[in-house]
Order: sequence, then structure tokens, then C-alpha cells
Amino acid sequence: MIILLAIAIGSLFGGATYLILRRSVVKLILGLIMLSHGVNLLIFTMGDGVRRGGPPLVDASGQPPAGSADPLVQALILTAIVISFGFTAFVLALAYRSNQAAGSDDLDDLSTTDRL
Amino acid sequence: MTFHLFIPIVSPLIGAALAVLLHRQWVVVRALTLISVLINLGYGLWLMSVVPQSGPLVAQASGWLAPFGISLVADGMSALMVMLAALLMLTTVVYSFYSVDREREAHFYYPLLLLLLLGVSGAFLTGDLFNLYVWFEVLLVASFGLITLGGSREQLEGGLKYVVLNLLGSTAFLFGCGLMYGFAGTLNMAHIAERMATLADPGLQTVLAGVFLFAFGSKAAIVPLFFWLPSSYHTPPVAVTAIFSGLMTKVGVYSLYRVFGLLLQNELAIYAPWITLIAGLTMVIGVLGAVAQMNVRRILSFHIISQIGYSVMGLGLASAAGLAAGLVFTAHVMIVKMALFFIGGAAEQINGTGDLKKMGGLARREPLLALFWFLGILSLAGIPPLSGFIGKLILLQVGVSQQAYLITAVAAGTSILTFFSMLKIWNEVFWKKSYEDVNRLPRVRFGLLAPGAALVILSVALGLVAGPLVEYNTIAGQQLFDRAAYITAVCGADGCEAVYRAAVK
Repeated sequence: MIILLAIAIGSLFGGATYLILRRSVVKLILGLIMLSHGVNLLIFTMGDGVRRGGPPLVDASGQPPAGSADPLVQALILTAIVISFGFTAFVLALAYRSNQAAGSDDLDDLSTTDRL
Repeated sequence: MTFHLFIPIVSPLIGAALAVLLHRQWVVVRALTLISVLINLGYGLWLMSVVPQSGPLVAQASGWLAPFGISLVADGMSALMVMLAALLMLTTVVYSFYSVDREREAHFYYPLLLLLLLGVSGAFLTGDLFNLYVWFEVLLVASFGLITLGGSREQLEGGLKYVVLNLLGSTAFLFGCGLMYGFAGTLNMAHIAERMATLADPGLQTVLAGVFLFAFGSKAAIVPLFFWLPSSYHTPPVAVTAIFSGLMTKVGVYSLYRVFGLLLQNELAIYAPWITLIAGLTMVIGVLGAVAQMNVRRILSFHIISQIGYSVMGLGLASAAGLAAGLVFTAHVMIVKMALFFIGGAAEQINGTGDLKKMGGLARREPLLALFWFLGILSLAGIPPLSGFIGKLILLQVGVSQQAYLITAVAAGTSILTFFSMLKIWNEVFWKKSYEDVNRLPRVRFGLLAPGAALVILSVALGLVAGPLVEYNTIAGQQLFDRAAYITAVCGADGCEAVYRAAVK
């Protein structure tokens, strides 16, 4: 399972890097979304609580309840998903407005603030 | 329990919420903003007076036991930063009263400033790694709003780069948080620091340190991760540029200090040569980048990067004394840099442009403005008896005492280049003759002069009475580097692991 997840995370990171290096703003944003998914999956694989002494949930015998997963990583991912959702909405709106203002979604055309 | 640690978080939060609700009454909004910032400032000053004697103060959110819940921790560095954030925000708010247009005010400009203060104060006070990430996002989203508010083409283009590169940095930070949890099994900073000493697998620790160096380095705008800064900082109104220069990159520096000083102290020895190399490159490349620029705020933006190099150098020296020296310098540069942005912005307002070629004649028209600018650049360059001299002197002293001669020489040489570059603005804006009749130029308004002047006077005062500042930061550096005291303050004398084991049993 962990190997499958590792391959999935690697593919997401690779695809995200490729998309972020493209010149189109829309592809750049898609790359950012993929990157945040990759990181979320990575946190998911870090939830092997048993290895480190168990999640902070124990039954009367002091052992993690059978079949329970580490709840903390899920809370972390949930937080990260909400945050990246908000930011994605913001970046999309920003890209739309900058496309309106500059008349282009090619990053090479969006360089007026760097010119001397 | 010291629940008053929540004050600097709660006060801007309530202020921002009320300001949004009452956004039609601009007098009320301004008053609310001022009150919130003043509460933070007063609290920050009080904290600074208490923390050096008492050691780190700790509050546990909702009364959860330390390694399980989220802790707020105020040590010397946090207290200093909370106070400085509020002080700089106060000057920004005053400057904004006189410079920001009604349209922006109606579109939640002041609530966004308060939310920025909220995020920054939270980041300075939290004792939990993931919570630090959340505060980073809070301050980022507020800064996104501030940098794009207004929606001109320049702002949108600069904003897009700012947003995308900062999101990349944040994602790297989240990546590091995930790895850290997988590695240490906890996110409480004290608990991580404790476990780092016992966990095997130093290779993974080194990888973690690299991830955090990238994440916070891109926030702090070190070489080679600085490109977002000079392409976006000059686009929003002056007040926004100024507060960004004072706070945003410094949160990155603070996080580097915290992560390398507390969590990954063992890695600091390995990374110190590289951090020092980056510091030197950042100083030189930042100052050289300014050479080609012919716009007041763009030149100052490149100088932000150059000055970050000095702060990072304090970390690269990898000792309590080095961190203390870096803190003194960071406090100085936050104050002086903002003063220069305020004064340069006022000059821009008088001339109607920030283009050096079209400006001029202000030394005759506004001698006071020119005087404060000159004092400001002397301080930035490090001429005695101003605060920049103290900041650089201590850094160089520590550098020499640790035989780091090369970086010390680079730091001293960069000062000359800095001064040279600042003189360019002085010559073009203040000294040379104006192309038009100077008497036709508008006078500077008191509200545009006062914030910059106040900060310059503070810099002079800190240079003349440097003793308390240096003493305070020496203690702050020691507190930052003293893992055992931090762990004891957060989790009790037995340490976090004992509390954890007892609770899990």
C-alpha cells in the first residue's frame, strides 16, 4: 500500500512540477492544485501511529483500539484541504482578473512589473 | 496558566470582525483599528518587560495537556517580535489615514491590516509546528488581499507572482510538517525538540532541515528564492509596501531562527556553512540588484533582500551570541527599513512619481523630509551612533570572535555598497535640481512625515541608548538556544515525553 501511495505522490509532484513550469497561468494553477494534493497524500502516509507509540486514542488497556487509524493526520489533511481550497479560489479569481487587465494568460506577457 | 497570551491574537481578531461589520462608518473603523493595535503594542511592551526575568511564558489552548494540545509560548524573541509588529503596524495605520484612498478603505483595507497583524502575532507566539503553518496562511491571505486591493494591472501582475511563489513556499512548509510528524510523531515544538535528541536516523533530520530552509527561505527572500519580492513589492500603496517590508520577510527569518535554534539545533552545525554562504550571497546580490533600478521603492525592495542576508548571517554563526546579534540587527532593520519606505513614499507623493529621473529638488522644498531620509540611510549603512551601527557592530564582533572572517568581510563591504546605493536616491530625489519649479510642488502632509520621522528618531535613540536593547537580545538569544528551559516551560520539569507516556499509559 505504501509503495502505491509513494508512486501516486511522486506522480503528483512530477506532474505538478511540469505544469508549474509551463507558461500558461491556468496550467500553473492546475500545477499548484496537484502539488497540494500530493502533499496531502504525503501527510496521509505519515499516519502510521502504531510505529511511534500509537495515536493519542487508547482504550482501557492502554492500546490503540483495533482497526483505528491515526486521527491527527486526518485532521491535518482536512485543515490543509480547506486552506488550499480557499487559496485556489483566490488564485483563480486573481488569474481571471489579471487576464482581463493584461489581455493574456501567457506568463511572459505578465512582466511589466519586472521591466526597468 | 497565563491566558493573557491570547490577547495579541484576540484583540486584532475582534477589531477586524467589528470593523467589517461597521465598515460604513469610517471613523469607527479607524478607531477600532487604532485601539486593537495599541492593545497589542501595550501588551507587547509588558511582555518584553516580564519575559527576560521569568523565562518563557506558556498558555495551553483549552487547557489541553502540553504535547497534545496547542501551546502558546512567549520567549524573549517572541515578545520582541510581537511588540515590533504592533509598533510597525501603528505607524502604518497612521500613515494609511493620510495616504490610502476612500475606495480602498471602503473595501476592508483596515480589517485586512488587522488580520495581517493577527496572523503575524499568532505566528510569533505559537509553540506548535502545524499551528505555525496555519498562522502563516492567515497572514498570507491577508497579504494577498492587501497587495491586490485596488486591482490595477501592475498590482494584479505583481500579485500573481507574489501569490504563486508564496503558495509554493507554504506547500513546502506543509510538506515539512508532514515529514516531521511522520518522523517525530508529534508537532508540539517542545516535544519535537526533546525527541530530536533521542531519535536515530540523522539523515532524515538533515532532509527535514533542508525542506524547512527552502520553505522559510522563500518567505524570507534569501538567494536564490527572492524573485517574487522585487517584482511585487512596489505595486501596492506605499503603506502596504512598508508594512510588508517590516513584517513579511521577518516572519520567515523568525521561523528560520525558531526551527533551527530550537527544533533542529543538531542540524544547525551541519547547515551553518551553507547558511553562511547563502547569507553572503543574499547580501551582495540584493545590493547589486538595486544598482540597475531607477525607482525609489524598487531600490528599497532590493535592499530588503540584502538586509535579510545580515539576519540570516546571525543564524549561520550558529551560537546563542550569533542569534542574539541577528535579533538586534533584525529589530533595527525592521524599524529603519519601514522609515525609509515611509519617507520615500512621501517623496513619491510630492513628486507624483517614483521614477528617480523625474524627481528632484526635495532638499530645498522639504528640508525635514530630507533630514530624516539622510539619518535613515546613515543608520541603514551603519554609521555611528545610529542603531544600524550597533546592529552591524555586534554581528561583526561575533563573526570575528568565531573566526568567520570571510562572511564578516562581506558584511562590512556590503555596508559600503548599501550606502552608495542609498546615496543615489539622495542625489536624485533630494539633492539635484528639480525640472520644474520646486515651489509649485505640494507640501508634505504631517501624517506622511510623522511615521517615518518617529521611526528614524527611534533608530537614533536605539543607537544612543543601545545597552537595554543589546542586553534584552542577549537574553533572548540564550532563551532561544536553550532547549531544556523551553521544554521545561512548556511541559514541566520531567519533559514532554514523560507527560506523553503517562497519558498514554
